[in-house]
Amino acid sequence: MPSCPALIIDGVCKRFGALRALDEVSFEVEQGEFFGLLGPNGAGKTTLISCMAGLARQDSGHIRVMEHDTVSDYRAARRKLGVVPQELVFDPFFTVRETLRIQSGYFGLGRNDDWMDEILARLDLTAKADVNMRALSGGMKRRVLVAQALVHRPPVIVLDEPTAGVDVELRKGLWVFIRELNRQGHTIVLTTHYLEEAESLCSRIAMLKQGRVVALERTADLLARRVQQTLRLRLGNGASLPAEFLAIARATPDGRIELLLDSADTVADCVARLHAHGVRFDDIELDKPDLEDVFMATMQDVPA
Amino acid sequence: MSVALRTLLYKELLRFWKVSFQTVAAPVLTALLYLLVFAHVLDRQVEVYGGVSYTAFLVPGLVMMSLLQNAFSNSSSSLIQSKVTGNIVFVLLPPISYREFFTAYVVAAVIRGLVVGAGVWLVTLWFVDLPYAQPAWILFFALTGGALLATLGIIAGIWADKFDQLAAFQNFVVMPLTFLSGVFYSIHSLPDFWQAVSHLNPFFYMIDGFRYGFFGQSDVSPWISALVAGGSFAVLAGITLSMLSRGYKLRN
Repeated sequence: MPSCPALIIDGVCKRFGALRALDEVSFEVEQGEFFGLLGPNGAGKTTLISCMAGLARQDSGHIRVMEHDTVSDYRAARRKLGVVPQELVFDPFFTVRETLRIQSGYFGLGRNDDWMDEILARLDLTAKADVNMRALSGGMKRRVLVAQALVHRPPVIVLDEPTAGVDVELRKGLWVFIRELNRQGHTIVLTTHYLEEAESLCSRIAMLKQGRVVALERTADLLARRVQQTLRLRLGNGASLPAEFLAIARATPDGRIELLLDSADTVADCVARLHAHGVRFDDIELDKPDLEDVFMATMQDVPA
Repeated sequence: MSVALRTLLYKELLRFWKVSFQTVAAPVLTALLYLLVFAHVLDRQVEVYGGVSYTAFLVPGLVMMSLLQNAFSNSSSSLIQSKVTGNIVFVLLPPISYREFFTAYVVAAVIRGLVVGAGVWLVTLWFVDLPYAQPAWILFFALTGGALLATLGIIAGIWADKFDQLAAFQNFVVMPLTFLSGVFYSIHSLPDFWQAVSHLNPFFYMIDGFRYGFFGQSDVSPWISALVAGGSFAVLAGITLSMLSRGYKLRN
């Protein structure tokens, strides 16, 4: 029997006064996916996560977490979901261990110390377990937020910009841990402003702009199709570019020629046609687009 | 009791206990200062009930006033702090029902009220020998009054967006209602108009009923006070549960 989607977002709308924060947002995330939710500030990412987590209520549409509706069956839905909030929040009255024990109890788990010790160790927090939250650095507080989201072993983990303010080394350690959770079968939904993170981690990506989904594709397909590939050539002595290429060509200051190609599929064909015209070149390189190019292009393509 | 409810209650108790110097010792000292000042000035000049000294009359009022104010403070300050700092998400993300939420905040606030009230009672034992005519009424009004103010604290904590809004609620609503409720005097000593106004103050019935438990005498029947206190709690609890179930100001 096929497994149910980890997350179903179906026609979700949310308004704040005149502002349409979410406008008919629909997509599904399969179990075991590492899914990226990208968009500029104010695109609706955090609002969507808030609706998933029950921190906000959508005006219309449905959200299901592991088949449980987040409104009509909210208790089951919340047990399946772990959320790392974007804001660096903490309760100044408690130590790290107290914070985790309390969070574990909220989810109905009485004795959970073995798992808590494991999370603390994996997030390099063991030495800080009995330290008050106020005494922790920003990066450590962020890791405690991650630990709190994992304390009930949720099958679906939502990370809302989890690496903001975390230094490079800790960020790497965090991603090793999250990747391992993903390999163990946890579904990960990630929002981040570090597009290189999304590119290297996420197998599929949804892009939001002004509350609407403007792209929803596998990351590889997005990178392959959504942005022009740039083929950079240095022509051999005396060679000139055939007329059919002039429309897609531009010269660079260092004397090379760039050909702007629609997709990676056309690169081989382009090189073959250049050869057919007898064009020889001293140097050739393909400038592959990264997610930032795709992101910028997608945001520009969609009218405001 | 579910694990979630038990944990939220434990968290709320631990929160005030960790700063008990501020949340328990300070209000006990304040009540003691009231007693020293008022009893010193008025004890030989005022006799409210026959055979009851002013100091003895004052003590149950101070105990109840401290209990009520601290029950209110506990739930309201916990909620406003969590909202302002943002850590309210820790109780909104888990599968805690709104009834469990309500129960945990009310019970924790009542316990803080009882701890402070008991503290005031203990330190005043040094000064006065109180009778305990109807202990069941003492317990009933302590619990009902604490629950009523705890509930009012939840409403204020949810409604207020800023600390100064909560302070305004405390200073302009809770404080006048407690001070003008007969803590320091019997309302029978007031002119008719102010007696009538005092009868509109639910705090008066809680103090008066609580005092009846000690002396077996009161301004109005303890049954009427019980009805007003219980009815007020029921109304506020209904309002609070409705706010929580709709996620008013907590879930956008």
